[in-house]
Amino acid sequence: MAKQFDFNKHYKKFIIVYLAIFVVGAVVAGIFGVDLDINFSGGTRITYSYEGDIKEADVNKALDGVIKEKYTVGMSTSIAGDTKTVSLSLVGNKSLDAESQEKITEALEKAFKDNKIELYDSNSVSPSIAGSFFLKSLVAVAIAAALVVVYVSVRFRKIGGFSAGISALIALILDVLVTFFVCVFFRLQIDSNYIAVVLTILGYSLNDTIVAFDRIRENRKLYPEDSIDTLVNKSLNMVMVRNIVTSVTTFAAVLTVVGVSELFGLTSLRTFGIPMAFGVISGAISSIFVSGPIWVVWQNKKKAKKK
Amino acid sequence: MKSKKTGKPVFFVILALILALTYLAFFGVQNYYGDTRQVYIKGASDIRWGIDISGGVEAVFSPDKAGVDITDEDMDSAKAIIETRLVNNNITDYEVYTDNSNHQVIVRFPWAAGESDFDAQAAVQELGETALLTFCDGTTKDTVLLSGAEDIASAQAGVDENGSYVVYLNFTEGGKAKFAKATAERVGKQISIWMDDTMLSAPTVQTAITEGQAYINGMEDAEAAKDLADKINAGSLPFALTVDDSKLQIISPTLGSDALDVMVIAGAIAFLMVCIIMIVRYRLNGVVAAIALLGQMAGTIACISGFFGDAASFTLTVPGIAGIILSVGVGVDCNVIAAERIRDEFKKGKTIDGAIDSGFRNSLSAVIDGNVTVVIVSVVLMGAFGTPDSLIAKLFSPLMALFGSSITGSIYSFGYTLLVGVVFNLIMGILASKYMLKSISQLKFLRKPWLYGGKNNG
Repeated sequence: MAKQFDFNKHYKKFIIVYLAIFVVGAVVAGIFGVDLDINFSGGTRITYSYEGDIKEADVNKALDGVIKEKYTVGMSTSIAGDTKTVSLSLVGNKSLDAESQEKITEALEKAFKDNKIELYDSNSVSPSIAGSFFLKSLVAVAIAAALVVVYVSVRFRKIGGFSAGISALIALILDVLVTFFVCVFFRLQIDSNYIAVVLTILGYSLNDTIVAFDRIRENRKLYPEDSIDTLVNKSLNMVMVRNIVTSVTTFAAVLTVVGVSELFGLTSLRTFGIPMAFGVISGAISSIFVSGPIWVVWQNKKKAKKK
Repeated sequence: MKSKKTGKPVFFVILALILALTYLAFFGVQNYYGDTRQVYIKGASDIRWGIDISGGVEAVFSPDKAGVDITDEDMDSAKAIIETRLVNNNITDYEVYTDNSNHQVIVRFPWAAGESDFDAQAAVQELGETALLTFCDGTTKDTVLLSGAEDIASAQAGVDENGSYVVYLNFTEGGKAKFAKATAERVGKQISIWMDDTMLSAPTVQTAITEGQAYINGMEDAEAAKDLADKINAGSLPFALTVDDSKLQIISPTLGSDALDVMVIAGAIAFLMVCIIMIVRYRLNGVVAAIALLGQMAGTIACISGFFGDAASFTLTVPGIAGIILSVGVGVDCNVIAAERIRDEFKKGKTIDGAIDSGFRNSLSAVIDGNVTVVIVSVVLMGAFGTPDSLIAKLFSPLMALFGSSITGSIYSFGYTLLVGVVFNLIMGILASKYMLKSISQLKFLRKPWLYGGKNNG
């Protein structure tokens, strides 16, 4: 094999890079805030009826700068087919004051003079995805994590399975945090797509780490005389090519989906594709630069204790 | 370990099977009798898409009676029950908002305009039903003996000893005592069972029933029995909700108007690109991997659409698509690991047959462990976020009971597509890939090591 990369020597740098991303991300989030959509934060939904044709993009143009709240635009028609409506979902935890609502109505009436814009309905809504959902998600993820650690502990018992499971979890947490901060950096709204991203990265990162530990397990059998450092380094160098091919392929595929969609003017896949693409890359990096070396440190500590 | 040679025709048999499955899963089999379309095998176009992709219906529910005291808790429980009912109907993609000050529940769920096998108006009406099960004295609703979740713990659809469809009921402790007392007092008289204002049955009491069980007979078929059991288990609303028909709206896709078309094109291009990367790097192994991935996709699509004409389609949403992406990613990985292992074997000086054999053998443990951990995640998610009476949910119920039944269909849908995707990966990525490659390598004109990742003169 050609040049061997020394993962154990360099892993601290990667951990520092991860920490730096998180610190900077937290600062950015502190300054600009995190962009939540109406599913998460609740808000106000205002519906206007209209006649003729109105395009979503024109509505966005008409409202540009009118209100400071974030909003999304939706179009609909009544089931009988006689009323066409445009609805605005405004993010915010208190209901919209009458003045702002008046401003929106005026702006729309001005922009669509010929469309007979009329206020149809106004609701202030609670978040559809609320606290109890997050609590339950955490519990579900915790159960899944516990079961995975149990499975890894059994399947990887030859190489101290429990420590391998925990190292995998640490990498996983880093990757999920990366997806979150990618949203913060790119000013992407946290919407229901984001939940899908977190879940995907969870599975993806786990698979990456398992593949790495599988190689360590195999090499332990083949080269029992190797020290832990050498063993892990050898194994990680072996899986590196696979890591690069798989993650680059997935990264390219996800970005293609986003890119093609953008080309056709479908921008709503951004909040899905961009954090996922970066999460995939982070998953490949963390499995060899973080979970492997952490496991080495753990094993060496354990050995030192025994002596 | 020497393994048996795989015959040359095997590759073509597997290829034909995968292509057939792909054709069926994407295009389906249907017949037109004039204007009516008879579906034998469902294609991808029969998949039910989520509101994010193809739009849907928005209904604004208001309580039936004005002036009823409605608390925020009532609104929350109404939300939870409506969500359960939606998931029971295989609608896993929805948004339910409550407006606590105006006492309105806004429900949005997928439905494409012109969809004929699904009556949106009827579905909306059913969502708003109180669905309160009561046991009454005689054949009128004047004296209620037992009612709702307070007395009735659960229901299951089943078949009685005569082979007719029934719904079995289990009472709560309180319900058991009430029912024992009620039946003891009414031997020889009638008791009627009602769902809201519809009488389901009116049996004559034979003896006092003290075991805390009863059943409702006279169900039309297995489906009617299951629907009733689902409805009882989902719970009853604190008040009936009605929909103002003028506020029943068809909404355009939340992702944008032509989201579906764009995503199909984008997905196809991305898939093609994955295949090209695989083929450029792994040559013949890549070709085989591309075929296996196609088979995996087709299998997953078939499981989402229901495949058979009368099976219900699963609602596919962005999280569901994420599940497919992850399972395809795991599938790509499975092929990459095997192909890299085969390359390693060539470096050790193995022959084509030897390299392919040990390459697949060496990659097996990584692939199995990786896939099993992903399956664990998907099963937990399905259990935690699916209907409370599903098999998986029952497994976790002691833990999950602490958190109430907050069903979230989109996560359930992620878990489902991921699970079927990974199962098909185990079939396609591990078995089909291996036998295809072993078989194709027997063809004389393809017996060149470089086609499999070796050196030309290797």
